[in-house]
Amino acid sequence: MTEKRNLKVQAIENGTVIDHIKAGQALNVLRILGIFADCRGTVSFVMNAPGAKGRKDVVKIEGRELNVEELNRISLIAPNATVNIIRDFEVLQKKKVVLPTYVEGVVRCINPNCISNSTEPIKSRFSVVHSEEGGVVLRCLYCEHVISENIAEHLV
Amino acid sequence: MKEFSREEIDHVLDTAEKLEPVAMGVEKSRLLDGKIVALLFFEPSTRTRLSFETAIQRLGGQVINLGSVEASSVMKGENLADTIRVISKYADLIVMRHPQDGSARMASEFSSVPIINGGDGSVHHPTQTFLDLYTIRRESHLEGLKIAMAGDLKYGRTVHSLCHALSLYGAEMTFVSPPELRMPAEIVRDLERHNIKVRETDSFEDVMGDVEVLYMTRVQQERFPDPEEYEKVKNRLKITGELLEGASPDLKILHPLPRVNEIAPDVDDTPHACYFEQAFYGVPTRMALLALAMGVIE
Repeated sequence: MTEKRNLKVQAIENGTVIDHIKAGQALNVLRILGIFADCRGTVSFVMNAPGAKGRKDVVKIEGRELNVEELNRISLIAPNATVNIIRDFEVLQKKKVVLPTYVEGVVRCINPNCISNSTEPIKSRFSVVHSEEGGVVLRCLYCEHVISENIAEHLV
Repeated sequence: MKEFSREEIDHVLDTAEKLEPVAMGVEKSRLLDGKIVALLFFEPSTRTRLSFETAIQRLGGQVINLGSVEASSVMKGENLADTIRVISKYADLIVMRHPQDGSARMASEFSSVPIINGGDGSVHHPTQTFLDLYTIRRESHLEGLKIAMAGDLKYGRTVHSLCHALSLYGAEMTFVSPPELRMPAEIVRDLERHNIKVRETDSFEDVMGDVEVLYMTRVQQERFPDPEEYEKVKNRLKITGELLEGASPDLKILHPLPRVNEIAPDVDDTPHACYFEQAFYGVPTRMALLALAMGVIE
């Protein structure tokens, strides 16, 4: 069984493995990291994989070790994700993502009249906090509009 | 406005009070002597623009104007960031009004001189909030105020900012509006989290005898698709001399103006009417903000 599951996505020699992503969010994780079709390295992912706590997605990015700021951005849409930095097929580091206090150029403000949605030479800017219900709340630093649900739908 | 602490607000209001004789023309001031202030109004304004211009001139400063947007480089396609970068090389301070939300904050990122937000989009109009607070302090009191706000509480940016600012002083708030124009639930929740007692109603009954300040706002016809519904609401939320008979003698009525018919003319001559004084208080308040922002007063 283990052998069969491993065939789905090969182990990587060097790079980053993002595990425990909420099922269905793998493509959004790539989007939030700015990894698109034109990236050079191999990127593979599994969606809806069975895990100890239910279905999950896994993303493997070869030849690239993501920095802390990039990784923490993932927490906006996958707050329980864990990140493994791989070197020579070994896990060098394993850590949980941490919610950043500020994000820039990642999410588009939902207010169509916000200056950050104009042609001005600026990026969107949000402060990030935990909501009382345990979710994530983004507050636009320009117009103060709040995004508290479906954050993935507003990724830049 | 949310970035100001109670101490900072008090300091602005104290400064405004000291400058009030200058605003009235009783005393002269050269605080802004040799300073140039640019007024960049990208949308129409009467009171805000003229009260800023009065404030600058009373303090001995000079004003330069964008003029009409149609005649400016904006019509040639220049973005706001470039306009601000250029004007901040000419003037010592910029006062800006702009139709887009957050434009003043963006302008402050590109400007080499202070920016005062004269109203951007539908959310922020902080100098109005300062003058409202100043009016309440001068004509009534700020600490633990019993206030009713009436009219369009859903879209009215002045009432949203005022609620937050008054919550710093503790207050009992009554919101009077038709169901369609109620105060946004997020703001009510935020006030209650700050231990502010909030009551919501759709008529003035039971309100008048109890409050110390009534803050009226205009209900705009375009908020109602059905003209008949607008007529009903408009008449239900109208203050008249008769309605004020049961009011406390100390009740003060404020309105950011312009009014349409929500305050009957027979209220104007009662001791309750404060809205024209409120318009005047815009001058010392804006004088204080200009002087503090330019560092000519500490």
